[in-house]
Amino acid sequence: MKKELKIEANLDNLDLVLGFIEENLELAECPMKIAMKIAVCVEELYVNVASYAYDGASGDCTLYFEQDEKTPNRISITIEDKGKPFNPLEKADPDTTLDAEEREIGGLGIFMVKNIMDNIIYERKQKNNIIIMEKTW
Amino acid sequence: MEIKKTQNDSELVMAISGRLDTNAAPKLIADMDECLVEGVKTFVLDMADCDYVASSGLRAILGAQKKMNALSGTMVVKNVVSDVMEVFEMTGFADILNFE
Repeated sequence: MKKELKIEANLDNLDLVLGFIEENLELAECPMKIAMKIAVCVEELYVNVASYAYDGASGDCTLYFEQDEKTPNRISITIEDKGKPFNPLEKADPDTTLDAEEREIGGLGIFMVKNIMDNIIYERKQKNNIIIMEKTW
Repeated sequence: MEIKKTQNDSELVMAISGRLDTNAAPKLIADMDECLVEGVKTFVLDMADCDYVASSGLRAILGAQKKMNALSGTMVVKNVVSDVMEVFEMTGFADILNFE
C-alpha cells in the first residue's frame, strides 16, 4: 500500500501528521512499541520542516507511507518539502555521556531518528528536500 | 497532554498524562517555570500515564533537572513506562535523571 498526506507545514498540523502515521502503522500491523518510536522519528523530522524549511513562511509538506505486500514487516516513510536545501542528517550527534549541566540540547531529535530507524536517506531532487526512512520489525 | 500538580510543603508533584510532544512541551515548560521556585526542595515528575516523549519533551525534562540543581533540590522521575524508558536510555537521559 502507498498512502499520501499533503498538508501545510506548520506545528498546528502535527496532530494530523501523527494521526496519519499511527493509523497506517496500525493497518500495517506494526507492534505498538515500535509504532511509538516511529512516530517520534516522524515528529522530529516533520517539526524540522515546519520550523525551518520555509523560514517561517507557509509551504507544503507531503508524507508517504509505504508497505510492500512481499515484505509486510517493513515500512517506508517519506517526508518531502520544497523549502531551502537542508540535510538534517548532517547534524553532529550530541554527547550523550555528559551530565545535566553540561548537556547541550541540539541534535537530539536527529540522534533519536538515527538510532530508531534502520535506514535513513536524504536527497535533494528538483528543488525538493526528500527524507526516506525505513524500519523492519 | 494534561498536567496535575500537587504540592506538600517543599515537595511538588507533577503528574503528566498523554503525549509529551512538540506541542505539549511548551506547556510543561511554562508550568515548571512557574512552579519550580525557591522553597521547592523535591520535584517529582510522575510519568505513569505518559506514553510518548519526543525530543522536545526530553528538553523540557532536562530544563527541570537543571532548575532543581540551581535550587539545590532534587528531582525524581517516577513510574516511567517501558517504551518511554527506552527513549531515555537511547538518548543518555537514563544516566542524568533519578528514577524511582
